[in-house]
Amino acid sequence: MTTLDVMNIVEIENLHFERNNHIVFNGIDVKIPKGKVTAIMGPSGTGKTTILRLMGGQLQPTSGTVTVFDQNINKLTRRALYKLRNRMGMLFQNGGLFTHLNVFENVAFPLREHTKLSNSMIRSLVLMKLEMVGLRGTAHLMPSELSGGMARRIALARAIALDPQFIMYDEPLTGQDPISKGVLVKLIRTLNDALGLTSVIVSHDVKETLSIADYVYVMSDGKIIGQGRPDELNHDDPTSELHQFLVGLPDGPVAFHYPAEKFEQDLMGEE
Amino acid sequence: MSAIQTLGRWGIETTRGYGKAGVLLFRVLFHFPNIKKGFPLVIQQVYAEGVLSLLIIAVSSLFIGMVVGLQGYHTLVKFGAAQQLGTLVALSVTRELGPVVAALLFAGRAGSAVAAEIGLMKATEQLSSMEMMAVDPIRRVISPRLWGGFISMPLLTIIFNVIAIYGAYLVGVKWLGLDAGAFWSNMQASVDFHSDVLNGIIKSVVFGLVVTWIAVFQGYEAAPTSAGIASATTRTVVYSSLAILGLDFVLTTMMIGDW
Repeated sequence: MTTLDVMNIVEIENLHFERNNHIVFNGIDVKIPKGKVTAIMGPSGTGKTTILRLMGGQLQPTSGTVTVFDQNINKLTRRALYKLRNRMGMLFQNGGLFTHLNVFENVAFPLREHTKLSNSMIRSLVLMKLEMVGLRGTAHLMPSELSGGMARRIALARAIALDPQFIMYDEPLTGQDPISKGVLVKLIRTLNDALGLTSVIVSHDVKETLSIADYVYVMSDGKIIGQGRPDELNHDDPTSELHQFLVGLPDGPVAFHYPAEKFEQDLMGEE
Repeated sequence: MSAIQTLGRWGIETTRGYGKAGVLLFRVLFHFPNIKKGFPLVIQQVYAEGVLSLLIIAVSSLFIGMVVGLQGYHTLVKFGAAQQLGTLVALSVTRELGPVVAALLFAGRAGSAVAAEIGLMKATEQLSSMEMMAVDPIRRVISPRLWGGFISMPLLTIIFNVIAIYGAYLVGVKWLGLDAGAFWSNMQASVDFHSDVLNGIIKSVVFGLVVTWIAVFQGYEAAPTSAGIASATTRTVVYSSLAILGLDFVLTTMMIGDW
């Protein structure tokens, strides 16, 4: 199966993006097929979060196009962009929960903002979403009382509150204990299949991500260095960066040492 | 050459900053949140910025009034004009001290809090997640804070004026033994509602807008790090104080010149 067999929710073509004179993306093409879990992986600092922000229309590319639901997201008016965002959900790295609202109100927030549902209806919907992530019992807690993993699950419940068609996960597994990782991985896959979502996961947790992804892109230095189904990802060449990343070698094409002058010279001072 | 480059970059960055601040103010003023959803948010902010500043405003104004009363009495008594103490206090408080000191305290108490809160919301991705939920943070977060400060500031100034005058009354009449009737009637005879009281309130309206504008802008544009938020709060207080004092001179000139 290739990504071209099905309709794509997101199509990124020849994307270039620069920030502070630093090239983040140098001509990348990414397609996110409908109904699948697509993973975008790569070392820290390769712009994985940036690519999600570009898909969400929060950033403008330097050149190239980002098409979401068949619309060029950078050419939309603010009103049209917000309308489009109602069909998307995004889970931020730290959850992005509103610290002044309790768990219930956090999940109810998008419903109160975008619908005219009655309070009892909102209550039922919020409890349903919380039940899906297994945290109905935390409804009355404040975000500061939650563990990191729980906060992300609440944020996930909030992201699916309006039943989006497309959901983006920004490093959902980073800094989580093995149990939380297992829970989140299961949730991402189950929600994707049960609700008919399309998911994008940005992550550098190789094992967990490969276990749930249908298709994987690996990025490094502004380029895509590998793509395919998890079992097809070809990294037989032990000198390749893809191999180094997937196996987790400390040294290789991505050097252990940050570029510097010769160690001896540095130790001897300026002479 | 690099000095010229630095100067040029500084110039461009500063101009861009003013531009961004202008756009932010424009969006807040002309994209008014709808009444049903926006009104409770503005009321919450009037509470957070106004009501919670009441204590510092009340205590400071009481002491300022008492000090002005004491100093005024000792100066006026040399000219045998101690009966004019009420006039002196009322004019200095309503025209200058009230609006200016209340605004300076407001910048320190509420302005810094608003900047820190918005900066932290930005750093913890709360503003981004709001945007991704198709809720405009300018309408939901920035606008209520600006309107809240805009409404609170004149009210705080009125309260400041009243308490400061009462402080001077305590010192002048209750302690130093001036005649209460003379104190109040001289004040009433020489304080003009329009040129003294109302002009002071107009100043406070301007200060309220400027202080909260600076605070929301600094918070919204803060670098999303702890150092960035620290610098945003500091700059809010420094820029607000300078703006208040500078604008006070400009406004006073316009008011005295019958502009």
